[in-house]
Amino acid sequence: METLTFSSLAPIFPELFLACSGLLLLVIGVLRGNVSTRFISWASIIALLIAITIMLGQGTEGESTAILNGMFIQNNFTTFMKFLVLSGLIATIALSIQYLYDDNIIKFEYPLLVLFAGIGMMIMVSANDMLSLYVGLELQSLSLYVLAAIKRDNVRSAESGMKYFVLGAISSGMLLFGISLIYGFTGSTNFEIIGTTLANELSLGAVIGFVFILAALAFKISAVPFHMWTPDVYEGAPTSVTTLFALVPKVAAFALIIRLLFIPFAALSDQWFEIMWFLSMASMTVGAFAALRQTNIKRLMAYSSIGNVGYALIGIVAGGEAGIASVLVYLALYMVMTAGVFGIILSMRRDGHGVENISDLSGLSQNSPWLAYTLALLMFSMSGIPPLAGFFSKFIVFEAAIQSGLYFLAVFGVLTSVVGAYYYLRVIKVMFFDEPVEKFDARTELPRKIIVGLSLAVVVLFILNPSPLIDISALAVSDLF
Amino acid sequence: MIDFAILSLLIFLPLVGVAFILLIRGDENRVARNSRYVALYTTIFTFILSIYMLIKFDGTSAEFQFVEKHDWLPSLGIQYHVGVDGISLFFVILATLLTPICILASWNSIKMRVKEYMIAFLVLETFMIGTFCALDAVLFYVFFEGVLIPMFIIIGVWGGPRRIYSAFKLFLYTLLGSVLMLVALLALYLEVGSSDIPTLMASPVAQNMQIWLWLAFFASFAVKMPMWPVHTWLPDAHVEAPTAGSVILAGVLLKMGGYGFLRFSLPMFPEATEFFAPMVMWLSVIAIIYTSLVALVQEDMKKLIAYSSVAHMGFVTLGIFSATTQGVEGGIFQMLSHGIISAALFLCVGVVYDRLHTREISRYGGLVKNMPKYATVFMILMLGSVGLPGTSGFVGEFLTLMGAFQVDTVVAVFATTGVVLGAAYMLVLYRRVVFGTQKNDDAAAMKDMNKLEYSYLIPLVLLVLWLGIAPSYVMDKVAPSVEKLIGQYESGLKAKPEGTDLATAKQIKIGNAE
Repeated sequence: METLTFSSLAPIFPELFLACSGLLLLVIGVLRGNVSTRFISWASIIALLIAITIMLGQGTEGESTAILNGMFIQNNFTTFMKFLVLSGLIATIALSIQYLYDDNIIKFEYPLLVLFAGIGMMIMVSANDMLSLYVGLELQSLSLYVLAAIKRDNVRSAESGMKYFVLGAISSGMLLFGISLIYGFTGSTNFEIIGTTLANELSLGAVIGFVFILAALAFKISAVPFHMWTPDVYEGAPTSVTTLFALVPKVAAFALIIRLLFIPFAALSDQWFEIMWFLSMASMTVGAFAALRQTNIKRLMAYSSIGNVGYALIGIVAGGEAGIASVLVYLALYMVMTAGVFGIILSMRRDGHGVENISDLSGLSQNSPWLAYTLALLMFSMSGIPPLAGFFSKFIVFEAAIQSGLYFLAVFGVLTSVVGAYYYLRVIKVMFFDEPVEKFDARTELPRKIIVGLSLAVVVLFILNPSPLIDISALAVSDLF
Repeated sequence: MIDFAILSLLIFLPLVGVAFILLIRGDENRVARNSRYVALYTTIFTFILSIYMLIKFDGTSAEFQFVEKHDWLPSLGIQYHVGVDGISLFFVILATLLTPICILASWNSIKMRVKEYMIAFLVLETFMIGTFCALDAVLFYVFFEGVLIPMFIIIGVWGGPRRIYSAFKLFLYTLLGSVLMLVALLALYLEVGSSDIPTLMASPVAQNMQIWLWLAFFASFAVKMPMWPVHTWLPDAHVEAPTAGSVILAGVLLKMGGYGFLRFSLPMFPEATEFFAPMVMWLSVIAIIYTSLVALVQEDMKKLIAYSSVAHMGFVTLGIFSATTQGVEGGIFQMLSHGIISAALFLCVGVVYDRLHTREISRYGGLVKNMPKYATVFMILMLGSVGLPGTSGFVGEFLTLMGAFQVDTVVAVFATTGVVLGAAYMLVLYRRVVFGTQKNDDAAAMKDMNKLEYSYLIPLVLLVLWLGIAPSYVMDKVAPSVEKLIGQYESGLKAKPEGTDLATAKQIKIGNAE
């Protein structure tokens, strides 16, 4: 038993800081009530920014640091993933503030729940033990269940919260069951010990346990066939919460999956290769074909996210440093593009009400050209057309796939991306080729403009210097192997 | 040589124009007028710059010239590498020539969303020039594929009644072909370890791999070309596109397919090319005869010219895949000539369309009486398209047929019937539109061409005649590069018996270098 000193806790400082600020803000919220929502939102953003600063300030010398008896780990990989998570959270809160007031969800708990979900995700990313994994995952999930249903008097929001909760609870159950099997057959919950035990002796029970864990995590990233909740929850939840769902939790879940597959379950790579291969193929197919007939833009984005999970999974199937690095690049760019798209979806308001049908975008290019051109570029980027950023994310993933000899998967992937291009183009078609309908409410506040602007800038200008992101991803991944 | 980065300047100059257009403020009319002028000046300046490049180009060398190389994605070894040789040089000129003409042709006919229209054309020009200059396969792909974005917008926003269907068809068809090429490109890149086009040309890959890679590249270029039976997007796109869109489509975009064959398929996959050449030649013959017959029964002027484009592109693929010096030179010349003639023909259609707003052949007739100058211009272009000696159309067709004849007499004989059919449908078109009685009052009342229309049609007509009479100006510059290409192709074939072994392939390469 190592002695616990304050300085030995350094790797977990960002999480601790966020937890403390979250609790402090909670007290302020309780004392001052819902009037403080705006203040607490901004305070949360500042807290997240400080957490990023603390995390990056620590730096790592390429060494993994495990603390708390190996429960919690910190290295370049976790730092990279946490950076994505934290920036995603900042973007969501910044995008949400005005929406909360517009849509009358003025509750000070909102930003705090986002903050606590964020802490859960950070623990997921850093988990090095089945127990810390579970605790992190549940902290995240419970906060998200509440967020999905935060509009209590709205039937759709309540329904989506309920659906998410019931299905999420089932997946948590599967996860716990899997963990208990793994613990029973390997005698430990620590990732490294599980890894060495399984490398020495592979038992059937452990394989079954592993499959349960994988199914539960596939639910979290909404990979087909565990995707059923995604369209309903995306559609029903308030749009700002959908933004959060689309941006952040998947990044954390992907980080977790990657660490699980390559540390405790590396010995099972023959088994998980086929599972991931199937998840990837199925997600790409469903994501592409089911999106074709959607009329609601949030549902469309839900299926688009399912499809994108499929592409990101290609990188995991490809494996190796190149494969995983490609997943990181893919996730980072996907997050940037999605932030832009949802920034625009949040601005789709008419007469003080949010509208979310694709047909509501009709003729947007004449009513608000800037909005239309931004969304058009984001859509072209999402369908992977060069010279926009989305092309490079697909390029890197397919390169990794071909490097591992996965020709079939790569060809299948590019073909579904053509199907996917159709529905992204449909959005563009509605905006540019159809006759204009009523204008949207003109007001777009500054934070949203900044985030959408940043997203657009990355999408368009990424081609000028794609190296940094690719190099940093490669560096982050080198710690895994 | 030129000591500044002329190719980068050519590629990115149109984007500077875009920046200026974005800065224009004021009321709608002022914005529209100023964007027109900015676009015109930018494209004309780009054209002048490209002419300067043409003058400085060393026509005796087969090497890539004006080469620029910068790190772009160093961790993956992908570079920003551009350069031109005799094969790409004139396609660059074609692109820079046709873009200002397109801007002029849209001067009065495009009235709504002028600013966006001009931006789309300038971006398109950047991508077109980039495609022909790129010497890195990934860079090539970026430009090649990027063309789809402005083209989709141009057809979809400013097109005819069925524009949405056509825009989607164009986009998805070409995208489907291109993504397969992307996979092949990645496979090739990982096999050779470089995406540098000259390096790829010098690094033969195993034969069975060549076959697959060739097929994937073929999927992309054949759609772009377009070859029968994947040509069906073209007539739709042409009919619905605004005049300038058709001009660019026929004039430059189709040539990207042929250029791709020359840059990738022939030098990089010689064995696969030899294996598939008979198939491609027969597809070309089918294209020539079938689409000519289809063109004969068209009632829509643009559709007729669109089908004639497919037939003319059939001659190009015929020449290229004969893999003889004459055939390839003929293919290149045919592409240039078709780029000018079909672009000009679409402009001619645009002239009468702007007046009568219909493309139906039967709505016209007897135009020679009220539009004699138009009839003259149209006649020269029509004869050029038919391939009359003295026009540029003749040179290309003659050379490609000569190339084909050396390889397969039967194919050449069938292809030659296409020349006769070509004469038939073009003459029928001309007779029905220009001669005959003036049965429609509104068609009879149309005014002859105005100064603006002269300004963009006359240069093209002169080019058609000049290239027909003195093709050597172009051919001399093209020839060394074609020689080198054929050399690469043949040395690739000679390496065949032991070529699958990388070590021997390298020895052969060294041997060739000596």
